[in-house]
Amino acid sequence: MVWDWLPEYAPRFVEGFWITIQLLAMSVCFGMLLAVPIGLVQVTGPRPLAWLARGFCTSIRGTPLLIQLWLIYYGLGSVFPSFPEIRQSFLWPYLREAFPYAVFAFTMSVAAYSGEVMRGAFQGVPKGELEAARAVGMGSFKMLYRIWLPRALQNVFPTLAGEIVLTLKATPLAATITVYDVFGVGTIVRQETYRVYEPLLLVAAIYIFLTIIIVLFMRYLENRIPTPAR
Amino acid sequence: MHDILLASFTLADSLPFSLQGWGDNLLAGLGKTVTIALGAFALGLLIGLLGALGKLYGPSPLVWFLEFYTTIIRAVPELVLILLLYYAGTDLLNRTLESFGYRPLDISGISAGIAVLGIVMGAYATEVMRAAIKAVPPGQMEAGKAYGMSAFQILRRVTLPAMLPFAIPGLANLWLIVTKDTALLAVVGFEELASVTRQAAGTTRNYLFFFCVAAVMYLCLTLVSNMIIRRLEAYYRRGQKPLEHS
Repeated sequence: MVWDWLPEYAPRFVEGFWITIQLLAMSVCFGMLLAVPIGLVQVTGPRPLAWLARGFCTSIRGTPLLIQLWLIYYGLGSVFPSFPEIRQSFLWPYLREAFPYAVFAFTMSVAAYSGEVMRGAFQGVPKGELEAARAVGMGSFKMLYRIWLPRALQNVFPTLAGEIVLTLKATPLAATITVYDVFGVGTIVRQETYRVYEPLLLVAAIYIFLTIIIVLFMRYLENRIPTPAR
Repeated sequence: MHDILLASFTLADSLPFSLQGWGDNLLAGLGKTVTIALGAFALGLLIGLLGALGKLYGPSPLVWFLEFYTTIIRAVPELVLILLLYYAGTDLLNRTLESFGYRPLDISGISAGIAVLGIVMGAYATEVMRAAIKAVPPGQMEAGKAYGMSAFQILRRVTLPAMLPFAIPGLANLWLIVTKDTALLAVVGFEELASVTRQAAGTTRNYLFFFCVAAVMYLCLTLVSNMIIRRLEAYYRRGQKPLEHS
C-alpha cells in the first residue's frame, strides 16, 4: 500500500465529494417531488395519466441506469446541437456540461423507483381516514396535503431512505459521462499514478462513510416522525 | 419555424433508422448478457444459501465474517466493487498460478463477469434467504427432527421447500437487479450488450437510436422475466393464502 499520492490529490477528492453530494441531493429532491404525482395518478388519476405513469415506471425500472445515462448524454447530447434554437438559447452553456444530464438521468430514476413506492403508500392509507377528511368538509387538495400524503409518507419513510442510499450507490455511474465525482477522481488517480487498489479503497471508504451518515440521519428523522398508536 | 423544419429534416437524414449490420452483434451481446446474468444469479444463490445457513447456524467467527461481507458489499457502489473484485481477483489468480509455475492467464469474458457479479449478488441473496429461513415456523423443523431426520434431510425436505415462498419475491428482485447490473461490466471492458451498443453507437454516430434499441432489449428481458416470475410464484405459493396484492 502506497499512499504518498494522497496529499497531492486530496483537494480534488474534496471537489469530487461535493459533486457527489450535489448530484445526490439534486436528484433525490427533484425525483421525490416527481414521485408524489407519479404515485398519486396511478391510484386516483384519470386512466390515460395512470397508464402513462405506469409505463414510465416500468420502462425506467426495466432498463439499466447506465444505458439511460448514455442515452441521455450521448443520444440527446448529439441531437441538441443540430437545433440552432437550442444552441442560441440561454440553456446552451449548461447543456454542454455533463453534470445536468447526470442530474436529469438520476432524477428520472429516483422518480420511477420512488413513484412505485408512493403508489403503494397512497393505496395503503386506510379508506376510513380519507372518508373522515371528506366528512369534516376538506376539499380534495386539503385532504391530500393534510391527511393522505403525510399518512402515506409515514408508512414508507424507511423505504424512501433506502432509495436514497441506492441512489448514492448509483452516482459513480456519472463518471462514465465525464462528471468528476468521487469515483471519477479515483479513476484519474488510477490513471496518473498507476496504483490500482489504494484509490479504489479510498473511494469505497468514502462511499461507506456517506452511507453511514445517510442511514444515521434518516434514522434520526424517522424517530422524530410520530407513529400512530396501534 | 423554417429553421426548425430544416433542422428536423437534416436530422431525419442523418438518422437512418436501420441497424446498419449491427443487429447480429447486438443479439450476441444480449446473449452474453443473459449468460452472465444467469451464471451470476446461480453463483449468488449458492453463496446466499451457504451464507444464510452460516449466519443462522454457524460458529460466531463465521457469523462475523459473513456480517462483514454482506455489510461491506451492500454499502459500496457496485461499480467500485466490480473494479476492486476484478483487479484483485485476476491479480490473486495470476500470482497463485505464477507461484505454482504456470503462465499468467489473460482473464476476461464471461467467467470473470460471472464471478464478480456472483460475489456481489451473494451478499444480497444471503440476506434474503436468511430472512426467508427465519420466517419458516420453527415447529416444522422441530417436527422433522422428531421424526429422526438428519440435519441435511431437514434442510432438503423441510427448510428449503418451506422457505421458498418467502424467498421468491426477494430473489426475483435480485434477478432483475443482476440483469441490469451486467451493464456495469461494460465499464471494465467486458463484451456484453451495453459495450456492444456503445461500439455500434460510436461507429455509426447514431447514439440516440442504438441506445434506444439497447434499452428496448433490456426492457424485453425484464418483461419476459416478470412473466416467468409470476408463474413461478403462483406455483410455489400453491396451498397458501393468496397474497394481498396492493
